[in-house]
Amino acid sequence: MMQGGLAGAVFGLIQRDLLLTWRRRADIATTLLFFVIVATLFPLGVGPEPAVLRTIAPGVLWIAALLSCFLSLGRLFATDYQDGTLEQMLLTPHPLAALVLGKIAAHWLVSGLPVVVLSPLIGLQFGLSGGAIAILTFSLLLGTPTLSLVGSIGAALTLGIRGGNLLSALLVLPLFIPVLIFGAGAVASSESGMGAEGHLSLLGACVVLAIPFAPWATAAALRIAVE
Amino acid sequence: MQWNSLNEFLAMGGYGVYVWPSFGVTALCMIWEVLILRRRHAAARTALNQSVASAGVAL
Amino acid sequence: MKTDRMNWFQWSSPQAFYPLAGKLIPWFACVSMVCLAAGLYMGFLVAPTDFQQGDSYRIIFVHVPAAWMSMFLYVVMAGWAAVGLGLKARPSFMMAQAIAPTGALFTFLALFTGAFWGKPTWGAWWVWDARLTSELILLFQYAGVMLLHASIDDLRRADRASAVLALVGVVNVPIIYFSVRWWNTLHQGASISVTAAPKMAATMLAAMGIMALGFWMYSAAVTLLRVRCIILERERHASWVQIERVS
Repeated sequence: MMQGGLAGAVFGLIQRDLLLTWRRRADIATTLLFFVIVATLFPLGVGPEPAVLRTIAPGVLWIAALLSCFLSLGRLFATDYQDGTLEQMLLTPHPLAALVLGKIAAHWLVSGLPVVVLSPLIGLQFGLSGGAIAILTFSLLLGTPTLSLVGSIGAALTLGIRGGNLLSALLVLPLFIPVLIFGAGAVASSESGMGAEGHLSLLGACVVLAIPFAPWATAAALRIAVE
Repeated sequence: MQWNSLNEFLAMGGYGVYVWPSFGVTALCMIWEVLILRRRHAAARTALNQSVASAGVAL
Repeated sequence: MKTDRMNWFQWSSPQAFYPLAGKLIPWFACVSMVCLAAGLYMGFLVAPTDFQQGDSYRIIFVHVPAAWMSMFLYVVMAGWAAVGLGLKARPSFMMAQAIAPTGALFTFLALFTGAFWGKPTWGAWWVWDARLTSELILLFQYAGVMLLHASIDDLRRADRASAVLALVGVVNVPIIYFSVRWWNTLHQGASISVTAAPKMAATMLAAMGIMALGFWMYSAAVTLLRVRCIILERERHASWVQIERVS
């Protein structure tokens, strides 16, 4: 009974967040456009040499994904904080970490997933082979949830602070490094014949570690911010 | 003791350029930190004692 | 629950902590100065020249202790942060806040002296080795904790938010160390071995140990000095500060 109530609350929250974002579709478009433009700037800066582009493509796509994740993290709790929804969330009988997980899931669906879907196109621009594109896309699919999860800690800690968005980036970027290493390394490793399994399973381990830990830390940070 | 002269000691077998800046910067940073903190402590104390003196009647 | 804070332990009030810290500082400072003098004497005058690295190796007498302290202080800071969150004790948060700048300073010194050791040893000021990279990230994390604390005006929130961040960072540093090490072996094999001299003379180890002890005691003294500053600045309006005319 209680379990059903909790699941209902979490799914209701996801649905509500998705609906709210859908009403402000321009935000998603901004995030995506940012991702594409950042990735496009690299060939223009580095030069059109195909071999060079192929080598840097995984890193470039991953960093672009990471930055565009940040762009949308600021909105994760800000509106709820301003209109008082967050305080209501704290008052519900449901564990806050579970509700936070719901919000993070909604955030990933509107900011992480579109980037994953777009990444094969950018991969083609960089001249990646079909196999490399598949691995890169899969690594993004596996890694971007961790970005949303860990990023939510920074978003919660800097809630309502002036310049909070930039500060949140500074706080969370160091935490993203392992994901960046394993994600961008997966393609390079498979190109060199070692196979991407090692990297991908470590990315999986990151998500498994982040799913219970990050919402809990975020919930603690939210309580501190709202009190 | 392996140093025959002060110059030999300062040269550090040709590595003096690397050894002395390392020790020098470390020493400077540590001394600087202590000085800064002592000044900060003194400032906090005088500010307090002044505010106590001016609010003395109220207390 | 909100603002009524019982002082369960006598020492857990800033009022009791301030004079205690003041009494401890001279002791730590003395031990530190004796250790540093002895360590420098051992390191420069007793320890022999390394047959592989020549005299450039003497940099490790500041580099290794600084690197140890940078990591140790982060863990201690996170420990105080955890105690603060658990017991809601203000002096614990003040200790965490007081440790951060000293920890950051030692992290910077470890990186700086590491570069000056790396140049003659590897021929490069910087390599993307796991230890160096983790140390750099540690510096970023210290900066993050201090910046977050400085950006929040409400001290109570600043204390607790930066405590959460410090605790998250404790989990992060080992993960980064192992991921970079793994990344590194993948990219360049074991071409660069950062492991210090394979076999160190007993006097070298002794000098390093004494220097580390000196740095440790220095950190304790400086942290207590800073915590005294923080107490005075924060408790400006508390009656005990006003009545007792602090020394």
